Amino acid sequence: MTGTASGFIGQSMKPREATRLLKGGGVYVADIHLPNIVHAAVLRSTHAHARILNIDVNNALRLDGVILVLTGRDIAGQILPFPDSFEIHPASWLENVKPVLKGPRPTVLAQGKVHYVGEPVAIVVAEDRYIAEDAVDAIFVEYEELPAVVDPEEALRPDATLVHQEFDDNVMFHFNIKKGDADRAIRDAPHKLGERFRHHRYCGAPMECRGVVASPGPKPELLTVWSSTQVPHSVRRQIAVQLGLIEDRIRVIAPNVGGGFGPKVFVYPEEILVPYLTLQLGRPVKWVEDRREHFISTAHGRDQVHDVEIAFDEEGRILGLRDRFLLDNGAYNPMGVTDAYNTAAHLQGPYKIPNLSITGTCVATNKVPNAPYRGAGRPEAVFVIERCLDLIAKRLELDPAEVRLRNFVQPEDMPYNAGILYRDGQPVCYDSGNYPETLQRALDAVNYASLRREQKALRQQKRYLGIGIGCYVEGTGVGSFEGAKVQIDSSGHIIASTGASAHGQGHETIFSQIAADLWGVDPNQVTIIEGDTNCIPYGGGTFGSRSTVNAGTAIFEASARLKEKILKLAAHLLEANPADLEIGQEKVSVRGLPQRAVSFRELARAAVPGWASQLPEAMEPGLETTFYYVPPTVTWANAIHIAVIEVDIETGKIELRDYVVSHDSGRLVNPMLVDGQIHGGVAQGIGGALYEELVYDQDGQILTSTFMNYLIPGSMEVPKIRTVHLESPSPLNPLGVKGLGEGGAIAPPAAIANALVDALSLFNVEVNELPLKPDRVLQLLGKDRDRSKGKILEPNLNLP
Amino acid sequence: MKPAPFEYVAPESLQAALEALGRHGSDAKILAGGQSLMPLLNLRLLKPSVIIDLNQIDELSYIVELPAGLSIGAMTRQSKIEDSELIRRRCPLISEATKHIGHVAIRHRGTVGGSLVHADPSAELPAVALALDANFQVVGSRGIRTIPAQQFFLDYLTTAIGPDEILKEITFPAMQPNTGYAVLEVARRHGDFALAGVVTVLNLDAGGKIADVRIALFGVALTAVRALKMEAALKDHRPDLNIIREASALLDEVTDPPSDIHASAEYRKKVTAILTVRALERALSRCGKGEI
Repeated sequence: MTGTASGFIGQSMKPREATRLLKGGGVYVADIHLPNIVHAAVLRSTHAHARILNIDVNNALRLDGVILVLTGRDIAGQILPFPDSFEIHPASWLENVKPVLKGPRPTVLAQGKVHYVGEPVAIVVAEDRYIAEDAVDAIFVEYEELPAVVDPEEALRPDATLVHQEFDDNVMFHFNIKKGDADRAIRDAPHKLGERFRHHRYCGAPMECRGVVASPGPKPELLTVWSSTQVPHSVRRQIAVQLGLIEDRIRVIAPNVGGGFGPKVFVYPEEILVPYLTLQLGRPVKWVEDRREHFISTAHGRDQVHDVEIAFDEEGRILGLRDRFLLDNGAYNPMGVTDAYNTAAHLQGPYKIPNLSITGTCVATNKVPNAPYRGAGRPEAVFVIERCLDLIAKRLELDPAEVRLRNFVQPEDMPYNAGILYRDGQPVCYDSGNYPETLQRALDAVNYASLRREQKALRQQKRYLGIGIGCYVEGTGVGSFEGAKVQIDSSGHIIASTGASAHGQGHETIFSQIAADLWGVDPNQVTIIEGDTNCIPYGGGTFGSRSTVNAGTAIFEASARLKEKILKLAAHLLEANPADLEIGQEKVSVRGLPQRAVSFRELARAAVPGWASQLPEAMEPGLETTFYYVPPTVTWANAIHIAVIEVDIETGKIELRDYVVSHDSGRLVNPMLVDGQIHGGVAQGIGGALYEELVYDQDGQILTSTFMNYLIPGSMEVPKIRTVHLESPSPLNPLGVKGLGEGGAIAPPAAIANALVDALSLFNVEVNELPLKPDRVLQLLGKDRDRSKGKILEPNLNLP
Repeated sequence: MKPAPFEYVAPESLQAALEALGRHGSDAKILAGGQSLMPLLNLRLLKPSVIIDLNQIDELSYIVELPAGLSIGAMTRQSKIEDSELIRRRCPLISEATKHIGHVAIRHRGTVGGSLVHADPSAELPAVALALDANFQVVGSRGIRTIPAQQFFLDYLTTAIGPDEILKEITFPAMQPNTGYAVLEVARRHGDFALAGVVTVLNLDAGGKIADVRIALFGVALTAVRALKMEAALKDHRPDLNIIREASALLDEVTDPPSDIHASAEYRKKVTAILTVRALERALSRCGKGEI
């Protein structure tokens, strides 16, 4: 890196925002108190699929304190529908992949029909939230029930009920990507396996649910909106588009956000409705989602079924892979192909797979819409391929670690073109990394050889220890862009504003570390501003493990440009040659002559317009540069997870004894925060592997709408997670960084499933489905599996 | 998740609470620690017109030693009984079982009486009361009456307490010095309601035979239940793993567990037998003389 590095990048600095947040100093949407504010509550569909015959709001309006009730009929023509998806597809991707894309456009309140339990039907405004909920209870909706589409495979039958009448089937999109000739490779291979894997539906469950406050003004704004979102700029755009307003006169602020995890990455009905109500009433309106609403209105994640066939040689080298999968998308498809295509793009993992065919189909059902959740399609892919690697090992009686080593892309292959396109239209190309070393470091950390001996010894006592490996690569730092505005204010202080929008990651700390190194100042001398549409004109937001890569690089590039200007200005003031100057300690000085210097504060004062200006001719006033970074493509992080478990074969209970993550996400800015990201991700992955599950009954009623039934792991369920860091810098950006926000959540389902199979290898158990509830473990033990060699399952899916 | 409107009464004595209950009758709901009632209110699954809050009544919070045991006031917090030296000395089974109730924060609010009167079949304390043959002292317009544990739990979330009555205290006979005991349960997570659980208390006679054994199951029927037939089958036998396993087949008759998303009825039945055998093994090992 060029510049005036002073070594803050790479240090485990304590997150500067932590003290404030831990002491209750955070300001979340629910903490926004405004004079004259009123409160909204939403009436949601109680049916999975029904026609709305009549809505009677009279009893609600009669209640003391009720101000307004709106139904779909009231807003028809007033509020435009959402787009069918918020995803942008680059032309090069569309031309090559040629997907079938079609999708219904959701409305902010149901129009004539409801498509899932939880769909907004009416919104009430009242003097307080209690009265608003009383009013919601008092609204009478007459429904005509329609058959619910619950099973995604049944949804594809020619006679299936249509979730959306305007289409001729329930397919929301469909694509096939190929490399080589998978059919022939599988036909001719000496060994092959066929399996069906199901990755169930679960969700982000952030500590803070969603919430929106909108207020008129203050001047010159028409509206100020606070939302618990990952994407304030997108929220602003949708409010403007759907309400027909001037975008620049709306300010959207994401205050402190208590977790996003993906579901807060697109725009929801309440983010349009609450501003609309504010404009109607001329008063601030607040809506805070409660936990029960969250389970039926905020996007769910995962939910795929795969039929996979894999061919391999005598040494366990993969010859070909064919995968057909369905994604149960629920009633709408807010994030387009993101999850399904991520699954396809990551299915090869860190392995060389010469022949590949992947068909993905996204199906509409009468459930809550499915959208990215930490990992966003990758945990599903990793579950499939990592189970396959273990099946190969078992078939050939090889150690699972050995099979992986034989298939890894090698360090000397880097950059490695994996032969398919990423969702940004660029080739999937692993930019750097050392996969064998990453595995070796993980094996060393768990003391693999001695664990295997212990496993053997424990079996003599009828105790069942299992070791499971899960490997992944992750495309991180996806585009299309992120911006940063770097300025030196008149007090000489450095301020960096970005379009990223943190929700617990520690952006203030890591961006200030980056800026501190670039400017040769202490990180505390840098202010980081984000999560506010007024701080930069265009913003992407925070999702897809992208902010360190994209916002970090934007800060780097903007700083580099601002430095050029400052050097020119300082050269003018010091009557020196810019090439002889250096930046550091909040000043610019002549190299070797530290007393010949001009401070940032003096430079800022010299850069003002008007009579006090000391600018050279033709130099624009102000010390401020904005740079929008458009990454060439994603950077590829990688990791190996190893889970060590013990299973009680009489009760089916799994105890996590050890969990190691060997991890490479390029150059690390703050290893402590990296560990924190990994720990949180692994906890969510453990949730998916063992506890969390969104369950629908056959009528499309959700059975898990409180934390009584939706079980997230607590401190007693998450073991001490040990991390090993490798740093293979990315050649794609000047900082050498890769993303890591999602990584932790990607591999635990695969690693824990493999650990269970390993623990129970005497009983010939296979795991094709999660979560591994004690009951499921006993059922697996009770199953007598017949696995004849070389058997290929008949394709179960009848895909369009 | 805001409750429907209700009237709130916070009496400061048991007498005042009984009067309030007399006035409002079955329209009223009694609030103890609120660990079950508050979620039900906030989810609007319950919409009582009156809440009678017992949290201001200091006279209902105590742990007192009796000549033959101890008595615990109904509003005593679960964390108090968890930490009580007296209980650990005289009825250590209660201390051990209490650790399985939710988490520390829940036990700081949750009360002994609240859990027993709510009578969730998956809760620990009802099974403890059954295993220790506790007595429930309830007070109402008809005066004071004492209900033995085996007559207290009538049906799902239903006890023998009348609509005009309030639980005052629970008395537990002290455990004998040589008693073995165990509490075992399987839950999805630490602190969750049990998928299946067992509380057992066991005494051996001088000859090493089982003089007295009590087995109470939770999470596997409409109420916590005593496995009386299994107890009878074990009594007067020399403890032996085969006999225990054989007798565990008798559990089938008393268990009628639900199937839900967490576990099937079949799983719960199977694991009840496993846990019971393990609990008896553990209890025997604690007797100090039992060697299987």
